[in-house]
Amino acid sequence: MNAVGTLRVGMDLVSVDEVAESVRRFGDRYVTRIYTLHEIDSCRGRSVGVDGSDGLAVESLAARFAAKEAVMKVLRPVGVQLDWRSIELHQMTGGWCEIRLSGRAASMAAEAGIDELSVSLTHEASVAGAVVVGRSTSSERGDR
Amino acid sequence: MTVDETIRQVLAEHGRLAVPLESLAEDTDLFGAGMTSHASVNVMLALEDAFDFEFSEKMLKKSTFESIATIRAGVVEMTGG
Repeated sequence: MNAVGTLRVGMDLVSVDEVAESVRRFGDRYVTRIYTLHEIDSCRGRSVGVDGSDGLAVESLAARFAAKEAVMKVLRPVGVQLDWRSIELHQMTGGWCEIRLSGRAASMAAEAGIDELSVSLTHEASVAGAVVVGRSTSSERGDR
Repeated sequence: MTVDETIRQVLAEHGRLAVPLESLAEDTDLFGAGMTSHASVNVMLALEDAFDFEFSEKMLKKSTFESIATIRAGVVEMTGG
C-alpha cells in the first residue's frame, strides 16, 4: 500500500427530482451558487425536457452535485463549507469528467497530500450518484 | 410572522426532514434529523428570499444550518437584528 499512498473514497446520491425542483424554484440563484460556468455549459442543451429547467439537463446537474459532495467526503473538511464552485467537474472531449479544484478545496487537497482524484458519475431518471477516489501521498491516517 | 416561525416554515418547505417539524427543539441537529446537503442549499436560498438578504461567504458553513438556533443566529447577524 505504501507504493500508492493512502486511498480515500467518497460517494453520494442525489435525487434528480430535488435538483429539478431547486432549478424551478430558485432558477439562476441556485444554479450559479452551485455550478461553475463550464458545468452549466456542459449541462445545457442535453435536457430530457423538465419544465422550467431552462434547457439544463437536471440529471447531469444532479450527478455533478453528487460528485461535489463525494469530493468533500474525500477532503474531509471540518467546520467549513467549501464553495461548491471550487470543485469543478470538467467534462473532457471524450465525454468523461475530471475533477478540478480551486480555492480552499485545492489547498485542503494539498494539505492532505491528495495529488490525484478520479470520479465516476451515473444517473437514472430519479437518482444520480458519484464515486470519487483520491490518492494521498500523506502518511497521515487520522487515527485516534 | 416571527423569525422562528419563518425559519420553521422554510424548514417545512425545503428541509426534507425525516421527523415532524414540531418535534424539533431549538438545538436539534437538522442534519441528524435527515436534512441533506442539497436540502440545506435550498434552505439557505429560501431563507435569503424570506428575509431579503444574501448570506456572506463566512456564514456559508455547515454549522450555520445545523439547528434552528444557529440559523436564527445567522439570520440575526445578517439582518442586524
